[in-house]
Amino acid sequence: MKSWFPAPWLSVCLLAIWLLLNQSLELGQILFGILLAIAIPVITAPLRPNFPAVTRPIALFRLLSYALVEIIRSSFNVSRIILFRGTKNVNSQFIIIPLDMDNPAGLALLSCLINSTPGTVWVEYFSDRRELSLHVFDLHDEAWWIDTIKNKYEKPIMAVFE
Amino acid sequence: MINMANDIPAWAAILVIFFLLLGSFIIVVGTLGLVRLGDFYQRIHGPAITITLGTGSVLIASMILFSSTHERLVIHELLITAFVFLTAPLGAMMMMRAAVYRGRRQQQRDESK
Repeated sequence: MKSWFPAPWLSVCLLAIWLLLNQSLELGQILFGILLAIAIPVITAPLRPNFPAVTRPIALFRLLSYALVEIIRSSFNVSRIILFRGTKNVNSQFIIIPLDMDNPAGLALLSCLINSTPGTVWVEYFSDRRELSLHVFDLHDEAWWIDTIKNKYEKPIMAVFE
Repeated sequence: MINMANDIPAWAAILVIFFLLLGSFIIVVGTLGLVRLGDFYQRIHGPAITITLGTGSVLIASMILFSSTHERLVIHELLITAFVFLTAPLGAMMMMRAAVYRGRRQQQRDESK
């Protein structure tokens, strides 16, 4: 089983993508999708970094729902600033956040979540110091940001891959 | 096809209109941000709302509209959401790093003068 599906989650996603693209649940499409789900992970194995597996999908789901709410909330915050506040008194700042995590898959997930949230952009991760540099659109309290990133994002992400 | 508007149930029409208006409004605000905001580091946050909430609302409207008129679930818009979630952050990160690099080089040039 392991040698047929070296990356089971990737295979499931590929099958789902194939069926969604064709918008059909016909037997032929399912069989062809399964063929792709077996072939593509085997062919692309050398390209795939050796990521740790997601061991707790429920933790991942909870993290993604929190991030979704946060994305919607900060979208409205950013809209309000663009529409109603002069750009002169927006406090845009770079901040440094010390991280405990050095797992590449976790950092990739963190970067997707942070960059998808309006108002924050990932600048650089200093791997030697384990520090993350972010640019925040409207900074009011640096300690609050560090606390949020560490407790609401970093800890759940570490729990997903633990 | 011309009479498609008659086939949409009222509840779906209301939801579709709501999400389309919200999405278009957010997209306009995001674009307005490009004009109104001061420097590059601020302007990068403007389109971020367009690609998340803007695209999201339009895609939800599309899913509701076609699911209600085709009388089956049309959810391949979810793929667009997934691809945007995977690719847009990369673009933002690359532009940000390029801008920081440019800023540092400018600083060095000013100091050496």
